[in-house]
Amino acid sequence: MAKITVNGEVQEVQLPLTLTELIKQNNVEQPEMVSVQVNEEFADRTEWDGIQIKDGDSVDFLYFMGGGSAIDN
Amino acid sequence: MIDLTEEQIHRYSRHILLKDVGVEGQEKIMNARVLVVGAGGLGAPVSLYLAAAGIGRIGIVDADVVDLSNLQRQVIHFTKDIGVAKVKSAKEKIQAINPDVKVDTYYEFLDSSNALDIIKEYDFIVDGTDNFPVKFLINDACVMAGKPFSHGGILRFNGQTFTHLPGTACYRCMFQGPPPAGVVPTCSQAGVLGAIAGMLGTIQAAETLKYFTGVGELLTNRLLTFDAKTMQFLTVNVKHRDSCEICGSNPSIDHLIDYEQPACELKKH
Ligand SMILES: [Zn+2]
Repeated sequence: MAKITVNGEVQEVQLPLTLTELIKQNNVEQPEMVSVQVNEEFADRTEWDGIQIKDGDSVDFLYFMGGGSAIDN
Repeated sequence: MIDLTEEQIHRYSRHILLKDVGVEGQEKIMNARVLVVGAGGLGAPVSLYLAAAGIGRIGIVDADVVDLSNLQRQVIHFTKDIGVAKVKSAKEKIQAINPDVKVDTYYEFLDSSNALDIIKEYDFIVDGTDNFPVKFLINDACVMAGKPFSHGGILRFNGQTFTHLPGTACYRCMFQGPPPAGVVPTCSQAGVLGAIAGMLGTIQAAETLKYFTGVGELLTNRLLTFDAKTMQFLTVNVKHRDSCEICGSNPSIDHLIDYEQPACELKKH
């Protein structure tokens, strides 16, 4: 088991694990609506499949927020 | 600098009493020019607090008229204002709160044709919109013009904000471009608890006042999000991205872009 931090909270995960798999494990419903940082570096979504999570990694999911409320388009 | 009248000293006494603000800070606020884009859920509390604080000049951009469904959260508009241009309704309330404030109204959409012209008149921009095309437009225009701005977004029970100063992380540093139109929640899926707009908007107003008075640390290179269901606030450190399409060392974007705006099915007009 490896210990990583996801949005500030510690998670135990089984390695090997790609970033894409971690996103799936965290039940991110719409991966298109999330931007991801690994160890405070932005991870381009075209590279998620190839990024291997390591023990001690810190991952942040940043969600797009908005969509039809302040201005009623 | 402005010499405060006795009445102004009285009006702003709770600012002046703050050691970090004082008369000097209040004068900075009164010399400030702020553009609020969107007189909706976020723009309402932002404008009300900035007006009360005595911001010298407030510009408001909004092409909409007040609709009954706005009143659940857009607290600057009243029932009697239904059908009235939001910029007109907002201006009326701002001047009722504080006649010292000069208000410029732009009854139009912000787009690539007018954004830079409008923004250049102001010292700080507040993004009070809730659609991605305009959010990226404001980001790109502010980066191009070297203007600081406050980003704000709300959805359901959540809010998100950061402050950008030239050189710090921008919206594209975090989110490269708008999400594909097909996955953006439509209006019917994208409700919002009215008070969330107040929570987020008042953070944006506080950041604006901090910017002008120089008090504390701005939300730069940090993305603040909160979930009102649990009342958990989370701040994620974010960095300026050298490969950023607009503020990186080799930017690929050299003009403003009007992205397609997904239509909302809820609108009844
Ligand atoms: Zn950037």
